[in-house]
Amino acid sequence: MNKHHVSMSVNGDPVEILCETQQTLLDCLRDELYLTGTKEGCSTGDCGACSVTLNGRLVCSCLVLGVEANGCDVQTIEGIGSEKTLHPLQKTFLEEAALQCGVCTPGFIVAAKSLLDEKPNPSEEEIRYWLAGNLCRCTGYDKIIKAVIKAAKIMREENEQRTNRRAN
Amino acid sequence: MHQMNFAAPKTVAGAVKLLVQNKGRSKVIAGGTDLLVQLRMGKIKPGIIIDIKNIKEANQITIEKNGVRIGAAVSGAVVGEHESIKRNWPGVVEALELIGSTQIQGRASLGGNLCNGSPAADSVPALIANEAICRIAGPNGKRDIKVQNFVKSPSKTILKRDEILTSLFLPDKPNKSSSAYLRLIPRTEMDIAVVGVAASLTLDENNKCLDAIICLGAVAPKATVVKTAKKILVGKKINNDSLATLGMACEDTCDPINDTRGTIAYRTKVAGVLAKRAVQIAHTRILEKANL
Amino acid sequence: MSSVRTEELTRPNRKATEEENKFKVIGTRPVRPDGIDKVTGKANFGADIVLNGMLYGAIHRSKHAHALIKKVDVSKALKLEGVKSIITHSDLATLKPTDKNSNVNFFDLARNVLAKDKVLYDGHAIAAVAAISQTIANEAARLIEVEYKILKPVMNIKTAEKKNTPIIDKNIFTEGLKEPAKKPSNIAKKVEFLLGDPDKTFEQAEIVVDRKYSTQTVHQGYIEPHACAASYTKDNQATIWCSSQGAFMVRAYTAKLCGLETSKIKVIPAEIGGGFGGKTTIYLEPLAVKLSEKTGRPVKIVMNRTEVMRATGPTSGGTAHVKLGADKKGNFIAGLIELKYEAGAFAGSPVGLGCMTAFAPYNLKHVKCTGWDVLVNRPKAAAYRAPGAPVAAFAVESAIDELASKLQMDPIHLRLKNCATEGTTAPYGVTFDKIGHKECLEAALNSNHYRKKLKPYQGRGIASGFWFNIGGNSSAEIMINEDGNVTVATGNPDIGGSRASMAMMAAETLGINMENVKPIVADTESIPYSDLTGGSRVTFATGKAVIEAAEDMITEMCKRAAKFWKVDPAQVEWKNGKAICIERTDIEPMSMKQIAKIAFKTGGAISGKANINVKKGAGPGFGLHICDVEVDPETGRVTVLKYTAIQDVGKAIHPSYVEGQLQGGAAQGIGWALNEEYVYSKDGNLMNTGFLDYRIPVASDLPMIETILVEVPNPGHPFGVRGVGETPIVPPLGAVANAVSNAIGRRMTDLPLNPIKILSEIG
Repeated sequence: MNKHHVSMSVNGDPVEILCETQQTLLDCLRDELYLTGTKEGCSTGDCGACSVTLNGRLVCSCLVLGVEANGCDVQTIEGIGSEKTLHPLQKTFLEEAALQCGVCTPGFIVAAKSLLDEKPNPSEEEIRYWLAGNLCRCTGYDKIIKAVIKAAKIMREENEQRTNRRAN
Repeated sequence: MHQMNFAAPKTVAGAVKLLVQNKGRSKVIAGGTDLLVQLRMGKIKPGIIIDIKNIKEANQITIEKNGVRIGAAVSGAVVGEHESIKRNWPGVVEALELIGSTQIQGRASLGGNLCNGSPAADSVPALIANEAICRIAGPNGKRDIKVQNFVKSPSKTILKRDEILTSLFLPDKPNKSSSAYLRLIPRTEMDIAVVGVAASLTLDENNKCLDAIICLGAVAPKATVVKTAKKILVGKKINNDSLATLGMACEDTCDPINDTRGTIAYRTKVAGVLAKRAVQIAHTRILEKANL
Repeated sequence: MSSVRTEELTRPNRKATEEENKFKVIGTRPVRPDGIDKVTGKANFGADIVLNGMLYGAIHRSKHAHALIKKVDVSKALKLEGVKSIITHSDLATLKPTDKNSNVNFFDLARNVLAKDKVLYDGHAIAAVAAISQTIANEAARLIEVEYKILKPVMNIKTAEKKNTPIIDKNIFTEGLKEPAKKPSNIAKKVEFLLGDPDKTFEQAEIVVDRKYSTQTVHQGYIEPHACAASYTKDNQATIWCSSQGAFMVRAYTAKLCGLETSKIKVIPAEIGGGFGGKTTIYLEPLAVKLSEKTGRPVKIVMNRTEVMRATGPTSGGTAHVKLGADKKGNFIAGLIELKYEAGAFAGSPVGLGCMTAFAPYNLKHVKCTGWDVLVNRPKAAAYRAPGAPVAAFAVESAIDELASKLQMDPIHLRLKNCATEGTTAPYGVTFDKIGHKECLEAALNSNHYRKKLKPYQGRGIASGFWFNIGGNSSAEIMINEDGNVTVATGNPDIGGSRASMAMMAAETLGINMENVKPIVADTESIPYSDLTGGSRVTFATGKAVIEAAEDMITEMCKRAAKFWKVDPAQVEWKNGKAICIERTDIEPMSMKQIAKIAFKTGGAISGKANINVKKGAGPGFGLHICDVEVDPETGRVTVLKYTAIQDVGKAIHPSYVEGQLQGGAAQGIGWALNEEYVYSKDGNLMNTGFLDYRIPVASDLPMIETILVEVPNPGHPFGVRGVGETPIVPPLGAVANAVSNAIGRRMTDLPLNPIKILSEIG
């Protein structure tokens, strides 16, 4: 089997793995690095459960070869926040009951974060279209959209406070 | 056990050399959003995958004297963030951006969409309507051909086995022109076009049609230009009468199939409807631009 | 007492009703106990399990819908380096057609997980491989060669019913006929429910609507594919890690198929990434156990999406013929429905449940419901949220809509005139206790949504829905830890927030805060038997077990306090989370924390338990949905503009998760109505095996789904709980179809209502 030596940064940590050509970035994260927060729902880019950012760009990790990620910066759900340092999106998903089974949740949070990083005040329609590649079968999306709207507001307020502090 | 290699050359010459060496057993990867699905399903078994994203000219946008050159592997997200492409070729950008989700946009490229050879590819009708030109590299150097002539039939292109598509060139448009792309899918996102229509329109100083190209997707074995469109629209105002005639011409151009996504009757009828709407959108865009 | 909870009414500054003052925890919206793990990616689902020395599994599946297996050649696959073992049906326990109980036919189940001598649908599993990597396992599965004798596939009811059509299963003789069937048939069963004399009564009807309806096979569409890992040890014991709706179900079914005693298997439930009924059966577990037994190493098998679509749990497509008669004032006189459901390749569609639920929301004295269970070469139907009910309700609710327009009556008023209330006897023979159908209809009439005006090509549809809800076997154990906090264990996988509701009910009963209760889902060796998570039974029945276990522990805590205080236990009462010695003001009440401290001095650790079988009092659920759509007259595309789901939920323990059930069920129903369907080629191959062409709703397809929670407390539960999970998928098919029909002025009877069908109807 042809194996490739891949070096990348995952959530800020330098990692090195050996992967087969056909192994996807998703396979590498889950099976080689045991970062199982990124989920596989379809392996064809249709469900978004495997969403990660690659050099800052939102992608489906099932549609990227592991070897293509060589030298890249990868951010996964595991890098977004932990129990003590929850990201506003993680907080609002919990407060708004925006998850039922929870298997799509990591993908939604990664995708929503990439939206809010780029666009701090998206409309409901913009959120719905941005997240159209993330399937949820439990919630009907209602509470997810509300959680993203609420997180956006919190993040804008936090940003404002930070700017004010700096100005003072 | 099937062995599959991988290479990411930094130059066009390097990529071509690999293609020559591997004698048709290679597959070129740009965004990979179609290729990885085909690999996973076992539809293709290449001996080597050649990644062209590290080749500068395949992965950059350059403004040239008479237009813009977009690397074949530039992702939809990057094209969509390019202000002058958005302003001058809105139909191309909106077609490209309709391919898949935000996540897919992070990878999918114009070059990949074209080389995949699908009759339903969203960006292809828009490229054709905007008279885009492919730049192809091979062992004997470069050649340019019209996008319209690139796809032969479903999954078949004119690319020889040792050639790659490196970039697409969009020639500048006259001032009073614009474009639009519309597609019909059952949902709002994430589907393959049942019908796609691209329209490129240029008006004269009296807002009569000076030039028009209408290209249909998913209604024939490959994206198809409505040949009579120019004759129908040029010299006329864009109104219900001229559009009704155009709609019928589009229906006549269709040569679709029945499949899981649509029927012949449906595709034919909706092609006419979407063509009228796409021309109207392009028309509105020109007038809005003029009022700025 | 009933109350209506809308977002408007639950603003914090509103005056709480007396009813709500009764509760401290119930009715609030705390963060779920397992939430942080699920938003940080730490929660372990089925595919996340990794075991030392683990092998990877893959399955060879049939390319044909209907064929005899002449030979399975595994020699090439076995030669591949890294392949450790391959199994086929003959490696499973030998079962007979008579090996069945009331829930499941194990002979069929075994032939479903690995085909015996015949493949019965595209994607039917034939052999399973274990190898040292997933790549090698997949390649080996591909190298397995099967020699077939291809038979003509039977893909739909029409073909299945024909004379001289191929017979899918020669052991099937139609059950339920007056004369016992003499020849094998593709029709497995006829069922009939009769109330009064409908045939005769129809003569009195002044208006009759009579129409046929049809629907297609649809899939539950859970995002997490089936996955499991199994480890078989030398002492003939097996441990299974998997995501399912019931660890005890997995244990019982796998034991039967592997020929093991039930107690030899331990099932450790992983988090479950959606099920909706589809994970109430097994596919992979016996294969993983057998491969582990053969190789002596743990084996993990994970399906891909294509396998999920081709070979797991769809629910039946079917046809319905409805006849409904009324007088000129709109009083229903008599109703008939004949349902035919596709069972897939093995008997057992939910057609009986379709018959039982069809007219249940209404007060009808004369009803006949006939159902036919039909075999076709499609995957074996599995449960899907209110199995059988949505298709029947689609037909009946469409008929009522048609009747309303013929009578020129408001469709809600027509339903109010005829709705079932306390004391109504349903066609399936049950007389209802307190139910809330009428209250839902009234809430709809009073809603802002129902008053909103519509524009051209817009239409509004309403439809009611009913689901039985069930009780069943549930176990709960509760204990105080040394620090005074509480752990509550149940045997029911948490599919959508049940840990929260269990913790809340325990906290409410104990009079403590929810933060002091840790709910866990126990494995099959750490809690007594519990029925699976399904039938909308967990918050009701397992909740009841939790309440009883908490009460059991309260009794024990009072005893311990009495012992410590040296008073008669009869003098000790439990109030607001404390033991209180009545009539003794000199004794300070004792908190749980303090009781924890005296536990060892007064007799050891303190716990409570309840193992119950709830046979009565589940409290049926009724709902009403309002849907507004707009149809593009030139393309036939439908946009859902506004949607409201109203339901009698008894008592909402955690209102957010109850709303979530209504919203999720509505979304699934909208998908079913508009775009979801299995598409087969004429050879019987599934054409849409992924989420690209099996079109479940995406975020941009839907509006916000408003909810109105009507609370008519269920007298059968201490807090008034009714099951809420399944009812919400019953009304949407009818609500959407009625909305589309009203928008275009034509009755739409054939789901899904995709643009192609609608445009051809508009012309």
